[in-house]
Amino acid sequence: MLNKFLPGFLLLAFSISAHAILPIQHWQTPSGARVLFVENHDMPMVDIKVDFSAGSSRDTEKKSGLAGMTRYMMTRGAGDLDEDEISGRLADIGANLGGDFDRDMAGFSVRTLSSKEGDAIDILAKILKSPRFEEKILEREKKRAIAEIRDAQTDPGYVSNKTFYKLLYADHPYALPPQGEIDTLKTLTRQDVLDFYKDHYTAEREVIAIVGDLTRDQAQAISNKLSEGLQPDQPQPSLPDVPLPVKPIEKDIAFPSTQSHILIGYPGVARGDPDYFPLLVGNYVLGGGGFESRLLNEVREKRGLAYSVYSYFLPLEKKGPFMVGLQTRKDQTKEALGIVWKTIDDFIAKGPTSKDLTAAKENLIGGFPLRIDSNRKIVDYLAMIGFYNLPLTYLDDFTKKIGEVTVGEIRDAFSRRVNPHDMVTVVVGSGG
Amino acid sequence: MKRIRIACLVLLFAASPAFSNPYMETLPNGLKVVVKEDRRAPVVVSQIWYKAGSIDEFNGTTGLAHALEHMMFKGTKMVPAGQFSKLIAAAGGRENAFTMQDYTAFFQELDKTKLPLAMRLESDRMKNLLLSEKEFSKEIRVVMEERRMRTEDQPHALLYEKMMSVAFQESPYRRPVIGWMNDLQNMTIEDVRNWYRRWYAPNNATLVVVGDVDHEKVFALAKKYYGRIRPSKLPVRKPQVEPPQIGIKRIEVKAPANLPYMLMAYHVPEIRDAEHDWEPYALDVLAGVFDGYDAARLDKALTRDNPVAISVGAGYEDTGRGPGLFVIDATPSPGKSVLDVESAVRAQLEKIVKDGVTDEELKRVKAQVTASHVFQRDSMFYQAMQIGQLESVGLSYKDINVMLKKIGEVTADQVKAVAKKYFDDDNLTVAVLVPAKGGSHAQ
Repeated sequence: MLNKFLPGFLLLAFSISAHAILPIQHWQTPSGARVLFVENHDMPMVDIKVDFSAGSSRDTEKKSGLAGMTRYMMTRGAGDLDEDEISGRLADIGANLGGDFDRDMAGFSVRTLSSKEGDAIDILAKILKSPRFEEKILEREKKRAIAEIRDAQTDPGYVSNKTFYKLLYADHPYALPPQGEIDTLKTLTRQDVLDFYKDHYTAEREVIAIVGDLTRDQAQAISNKLSEGLQPDQPQPSLPDVPLPVKPIEKDIAFPSTQSHILIGYPGVARGDPDYFPLLVGNYVLGGGGFESRLLNEVREKRGLAYSVYSYFLPLEKKGPFMVGLQTRKDQTKEALGIVWKTIDDFIAKGPTSKDLTAAKENLIGGFPLRIDSNRKIVDYLAMIGFYNLPLTYLDDFTKKIGEVTVGEIRDAFSRRVNPHDMVTVVVGSGG
Repeated sequence: MKRIRIACLVLLFAASPAFSNPYMETLPNGLKVVVKEDRRAPVVVSQIWYKAGSIDEFNGTTGLAHALEHMMFKGTKMVPAGQFSKLIAAAGGRENAFTMQDYTAFFQELDKTKLPLAMRLESDRMKNLLLSEKEFSKEIRVVMEERRMRTEDQPHALLYEKMMSVAFQESPYRRPVIGWMNDLQNMTIEDVRNWYRRWYAPNNATLVVVGDVDHEKVFALAKKYYGRIRPSKLPVRKPQVEPPQIGIKRIEVKAPANLPYMLMAYHVPEIRDAEHDWEPYALDVLAGVFDGYDAARLDKALTRDNPVAISVGAGYEDTGRGPGLFVIDATPSPGKSVLDVESAVRAQLEKIVKDGVTDEELKRVKAQVTASHVFQRDSMFYQAMQIGQLESVGLSYKDINVMLKKIGEVTADQVKAVAKKYFDDDNLTVAVLVPAKGGSHAQ
């Protein structure tokens, strides 16, 4: 085929057209919150995300689960509204309240018709500024959270994930499960929740992302409303760096399932890490590129050993995990593991071929418009850019950075960043 | 009441900028093409929907619709195994497929300039699939792994599968989409070939395209790529109507779990005539009153005010080729039994039968429906899904607005009436997950 010249030409075309496709407005509110806004009047709706550096890595081992419980309790009654009034009033205007919670961040999201924006913002501001933290509701929610963990303990996916993070991060706060532990949830008090709230839900630690049918003035008024009157800033210790493992760890957990759930990994990258793009493009070839990836080809297409097999880098504030995962019938565990290991080793040793690299770039660059084709996706990107202090040109630069990655850079980045001899392997199900 | 209806209509107009958008054309070979222009981003989603799902399967060969979906990626004479995905990926696209009870659908999302590629590849595999024995022998193992992952090791999914097989006795809905394990173990490539010949034809499909496209150009492309495919004579589909249930059914399923779980399923009607039916819309509103928002009735009563459950939900799908079910599911709180939860749910059902719903609730549910109709337009993929689904279950994409209007017209009396008519014990199946710690599966 004659596409030797063509791909390079295409790449160039895409990176040019990608410029300034998303005009992000950016400012800081008088109280210190950072705001990112994209004005878009195509539809009469507004998406807002408000995130704080208050994820489960801000928990301690003794109070594991406190960060998640605090975030949830904020929606269970605030100011003059009890929990039913919060839900009821949002329902009356057809607005949706949600939010993210992970190891780094805790936050809230609101989607509303632009005609009802005022009511929705009033409620969200109350949740942020004056949560009630009622004792009775806290006790009820503790019981529920504990029961949910007990329920999840019979899910091999939950058990493998939790064990994986524990072994990979050892004493680092990323080892703590976002859901908390049964024993630590039991001990949480109203004072714990209140203290955590005061320490972490401050305007200086707040990032507001807004997309939709608003003028700049309206967006500014909203961001002021969502940041004024929050708790005064309390300096918090920064997260420790993630230590690299010094020896391989393998853990088998017997489980009454028909399949083994396998996770293999290593500390990966932090947001803004210069190795991120080589690793992202390289991982597309290894296990990120859907039906094209080497792992899927070796494990599923050639041998029918699994339905799902993948790898990814999850960039966090500190090094998030590089993770390979699959599920296979128990008696095939050894065979599948052998093939996965061979594929990983081979990739780290040799890297991708130039043909692989071209295919990865074609997909990641050609597929860029799909990453920002809805308000929902755009507000997620704004929140991420704001939270991790990435350059405002992150999206404009995305295709260019990918276009510049070379085979050598990928090989170099993988060999420096993933040590196949010291990885963590968790197998839940095989029976030990 | 009147005021809500007006608000609803105003939004409806806002929702359709061009009056004739979406556009529809049927090719001479029977392929229906629906195009919705949405120019918010330079992308396009293309979906082809075959009216062939697990409802069309027979005993002994369950899981065929889904197995064929997997085999559709395994090559044609022109595009060898694996190439379909490679070509779409090289164009920056995302693609996949899904099989349900009523249909099987395949989709690509791409830059708008790549639509011809998607059409060329998709039209090719409508008729030219190789279906080799060798590829099938590997792929069926993948499907069995999928079944283990989605059903066998998931106690809640397992309970749902068993509940369906009991709630329905004559309707094919009693069989799982992914197929029984024993049927998968005994499936042959010849079974798959028969299925493909039977159902994969332009006159059994709808092509849905949503995105930054011109509808005339899309129709021309569709003619170019699909126009030359000859229609098939489709088999007669027997109605297989589920007769009325005549007495409560109860089952228990033991699986490794720490907490029990329960399902209560009532037989209910589906929308057959979007304009003239009213019961399904009243059931939609009822599902909304029960579980349409945080702090809706079931959640408030069972998990907040006097907690007997850690979670509870209600679900009703108002369209489908087969019969409908109104399903309530719940996980009891520690120290509470499934019987405690069942009686708490029953108390809520009886309350509706006796007192109906309040105007406030009615207004709330309708506000939700109106707003979500706007929110859904944020996703081109979802818009295409909605069109494809309606076209595949015997309704029309034009019914989207009719259905919205009809929900806006539901009265409190109608909600009470459907509750009274259908929440009857003779019409009920109760399925309970019994935790068997470290126990083994039935299969």
